[in-house]
This record gives sequence, structure tokens and C-alpha cells, in this order.
Amino acid sequence: MKFSYYPGCTLKTRAAELDVAARQAAEALGVIMEELPEWQCCGAVYPIARDELATRLSAVRALDGAKRLKNPLLTLCSACHHVIKRVNNDMQTDDDMRAKVNSYMDLDDPYSGETKVVHYLEMLRDEIGFDKIRERVTQPMKGRRISAYYGCMLLRPSTVMRFDNPENPSILEDFIAALGAEPIRYPYRNECCGGYISIEARDVAREMSRKIMNSAVKRGADTIITACPVCLYNLNENGTGEVPVVYFTELLAESLGVKEPEGGLVHAR
Amino acid sequence: MHADERKEAETIIRASGVNVRKCMKCGKCSATCPNFDEMDIHPHRFVSMVEEGDIFALMQSKSLWRCLSCFACVERCPRGVEPANLIEAVRLEVIRPLAGNRLRPEAIPALLDEKIPQQLIVSAFRKYSK
Ligand code: SF4
Ligand code: SF4
Repeated sequence: MKFSYYPGCTLKTRAAELDVAARQAAEALGVIMEELPEWQCCGAVYPIARDELATRLSAVRALDGAKRLKNPLLTLCSACHHVIKRVNNDMQTDDDMRAKVNSYMDLDDPYSGETKVVHYLEMLRDEIGFDKIRERVTQPMKGRRISAYYGCMLLRPSTVMRFDNPENPSILEDFIAALGAEPIRYPYRNECCGGYISIEARDVAREMSRKIMNSAVKRGADTIITACPVCLYNLNENGTGEVPVVYFTELLAESLGVKEPEGGLVHAR
Repeated sequence: MHADERKEAETIIRASGVNVRKCMKCGKCSATCPNFDEMDIHPHRFVSMVEEGDIFALMQSKSLWRCLSCFACVERCPRGVEPANLIEAVRLEVIRPLAGNRLRPEAIPALLDEKIPQQLIVSAFRKYSK
């Protein structure tokens, strides 16, 4: 199973553990993640306005790069996935946008949304299967009570993201169960952590992150997992600090017995 | 309605791609907004006020800097109106003109800490500056 992989800016720096653990786990599972050559930052937020052209181009370049390599495009950061998937949808459905982007980029072969965009979690669920992953786990997380934090970007808008049920998702809980831990559901798992508001009004992010963490802790979680570096930052820095928030790939690599030993890559908490 | 304000309304409707007439005024978008308490004009009012052409008041609204682009209102609107798209379009009308930026690059270093992810800085910069 081979993918072109789009890491994005943050996975090369602050969220290196999200990336490194994902690569280690993929190798153990027989998945080839071939980093896309010369990728650029996706812009981190989807350009909602229809008259925004330039802010869509880096996503189109990544999509076209994967198309030329004849690979599906694998994403890992929630925000990158959101931006690239929605821009791809624009290229499939918005004739005006597609015409403008293509005349601007002047590609040999115009891009019209041919590339399939797959998030790492979708790859685990749909390409490998959680049953298979369960069989590969060598260090099951017995006795652990883990809560999933979905946030916004993977789920909404569901008409485009088609990731999971937007109001009652289960992909991360199924993932947690496959690792041998007990998934702890809680009401705030798909509510916003505040995102970029941390820069503008940290107190707002603090209130939201605390609500989320309190909600999980109240139901007995000992750890929260996420796929998003901004969610992790907000929950860890603006939450209550009662439980650690880690990337889902860290738990995966640990359960598969391939995680970098302590001290190799220290979690930037 | 002032001619400039009418022009703004047209730009906002075009850029957002929103059909304000689809709104049935149920208020669900505002009810589900996680930042409702922080807003002076709520998402359902953005829809009505754009319909009425009341744009200058929206351009002054604190809500432009409080919307999180979480897409809860978009997901949960029973009529597919996408109120967040209107908030974005109004915000762009404010920050696109010269000197309209809310966040200046010089101000960023003071806002950083060791753990803040690049993605967060890029997001804020994209939302608050042009
Ligand atoms: S949820 Fe939709 S239909 Fe209801 S008030 Fe908001 S925009 Fe209008
Ligand atoms: S996108 Fe903005 S207006 Fe809509 S629910 Fe989220 S914060 Fe509220």
C-alpha cells in the first residue's frame, strides 16, 4: 500500500512526534508513506471566500503532485486534511474556480480533483482495518481509559469531509478499542477548542479547552488523544492540566511496539 | 441604503456564496455557536442583516474577531445557509483594504511561547490579516 504523504509545516517542527510515530507505525503495518517532493504549507485554514484564489494554490500543487505520481494523498494533521480535502472538492465541483486555478497554474495536464485524499485514520480504518490492527498490537493498552478529541476540522462540514458521523463519530473510539484500551466518550469531543483564537483572546480558548478536558476527566479518562497540533496545544496549555493530551499516532506506535524509546524524541509538552 | 453599502452587500453575497433567502430564522446557528457569549452580533443576525443590506454595522462587529471557523453553524443549519461564510466575507471586506489588518507581523513575536505550533500562527495570520 503506497501513498504520497503530505506532512505540513507543523509536523516538521513542533508536532514532530505526530509525524515520527506515524511513520514508524506505517512501516510496521506495511504502508509506504512517500513524502511528497517540494510540498508547501497548506495555509492552515480553508479559504472560505469564493474569490480567494492564491490561498488555494498550495493545496492544488500538493494534489497535482500526487496525481502525477499516481498515488492517493495521505494527510495526518487535521487542518491540512481539512484544507486539502475541501480545495479538492472545489476543484471537482466549482467550474469557475477550476478554470481560474488552471489558467493561473498552467499545468501540462489541468487538475480537476482526480487525487483521492486520505487521512491517516481513514487509512487505518478503510485500507488496513481495525481488526487487522488489533492483531498486530504487541503491547495492548490494558486498563487504560482513553478519550478521543475530534475537534472540528476532520468532521465538518460533513457533506465535504465525509469522515464520520459529524455528531456522533466513532473512528477514534474504534481505534482506541483496537489498541486494547477502553474508549471513554464524552459530550465535548466534537466541540471547538478555540483554535486560532488563542492569539487574539487566550481567555476564550482557555474556557473552551477547560470545558473539553473537564468533560473527559469527569467520565474517567486518563489520557486524551488528538490528530491536531492546535487542539493539542490548546488542551495542554489552556486546559486544566489534569490529564495528558497526546497524538493518536504515539499510542499506535507504542502499542505496535515500535515507538522511539524515551529520550529519543521527547514530547513537547 | 447607501450606494457604497449596497455594493458591499453585493460583494459579500458573491464572495460568500450564501443565499440569505434560504434562511428560515430558526436561530439554530446561533444556538450552536460555541462563542455565542463573546459575540455582539450573532450568526443568525449576520444572515438577516446581510439580507437587509445592513453591512456597515457588521463591519464594526466584534464577532468578526470571535468567530472560530469551527463550522458548527454550517453543519447544523437545517437550510444549508452557511452563516460562517458570511462572517468570513465581511471580515475580508474589513482586512483587505490597505491598513485594514487586525494582526501585524511585528506584533507576532510577543504573542508566542515555546510550544505554540506554526499552524496556529499561520491560521491567525490568515484570519486576521491580508
Ligand atoms: S440555522 Fe440556518 S436557517 Fe436557522 S437561522 Fe441560522 S442560517 Fe437561518
Ligand atoms: S463558525 Fe463561527 S459563527 Fe459558526 S458556530 Fe463556529 S464560531 Fe460560531
